[in-house]
Amino acid sequence: MTNPAPVVFTRHGIMRGAKAAIPLIIGLIPFGVVTGVASQAAGLSLLEAVVMSATVFGGAAQLLVLGTWSLPAPILAATLAALTVNLRLVLMGPLLAPWYDRLHGWRVWGSLFLLVDQNWALALRELNRGGRDAGYMFGSGVVMWLQWVILTGVGHQLGTVLSLPKGHPLFFCGLAVFVSMLAGMWRGRIDILPWIVAAAVAVSVSLLLPGTFWFIIAGALAGSLTGAIRDTLKS
Amino acid sequence: MSMDPATLLAIIGMALATYACRAGGYWLFRQITPTPFIRSVLGYIPGTLFVSFVIPSLVTGGLQPTVGAAATLLTMILTRTLGLAMLAGTAAAWAVYAVKQAVLF
Repeated sequence: MTNPAPVVFTRHGIMRGAKAAIPLIIGLIPFGVVTGVASQAAGLSLLEAVVMSATVFGGAAQLLVLGTWSLPAPILAATLAALTVNLRLVLMGPLLAPWYDRLHGWRVWGSLFLLVDQNWALALRELNRGGRDAGYMFGSGVVMWLQWVILTGVGHQLGTVLSLPKGHPLFFCGLAVFVSMLAGMWRGRIDILPWIVAAAVAVSVSLLLPGTFWFIIAGALAGSLTGAIRDTLKS
Repeated sequence: MSMDPATLLAIIGMALATYACRAGGYWLFRQITPTPFIRSVLGYIPGTLFVSFVIPSLVTGGLQPTVGAAATLLTMILTRTLGLAMLAGTAAAWAVYAVKQAVLF
């Protein structure tokens, strides 16, 4: 984590990040289209659907809220739902500190607006390889944002034509993105216990509180704390 | 093209809440000097977070996503190519889906 080389933010880094994010689009197409379809079904206009995707930029939160949308719009419920679903992002930001601690202004706070699971995983991989160009995260984020806004718009237009049943295998693409990135996060035997604890807690919480998203943050915190406590006791 | 006032307010609320999560975690972290314990916790976050996302979906989804996830993981380990791993996984999940449909009818 301690790399003396200065952190930069270049056009070249932005382009590299953008290129790295392009293969992910394949996996996210169904997700964006389905969210667009859901926004049409909830009664949002095309403009409202696109503005929501452009400003919220969080698929899980949007899908959850749109599934329970009513008119007039549930302002407080929607805000709280977005907060709980996206609480995991609170844990993700600090991992990017090796880059952002040495930058200011929009390069930090604008890049963080573009933070989603997929480009976060790409950025971590780049950081671990010794990458010092924070433009990488920004560039990959712009690609994720563009595909998201465009695909929800397309989904909204397809809304009346297209309907995929809930268990359709195309929905697996979104999960496949996470699974394939998980392979790169394995650091060796030290991860065995924390990952088992995370899985057990996440599954338990998801069964105890169905329809909510607490299981993600509960599993992550339980697993990470287990690992850190074990490491402290060992040393 | 219309913009309902209540809908606009709900969207603004969602957007602010989401940005607070995106920027807030890092902002808080910037205010403190991380101890070795916090550094150790952060080291475990990526893996445990993604595990917590994936495993409950496999438990509730059953055979179809589990076979898909196994194929994705295997392809990723063998080829280290993201696009290929996702395609292989989705194809495997689709195969299970097709077999289920054939058995049902």
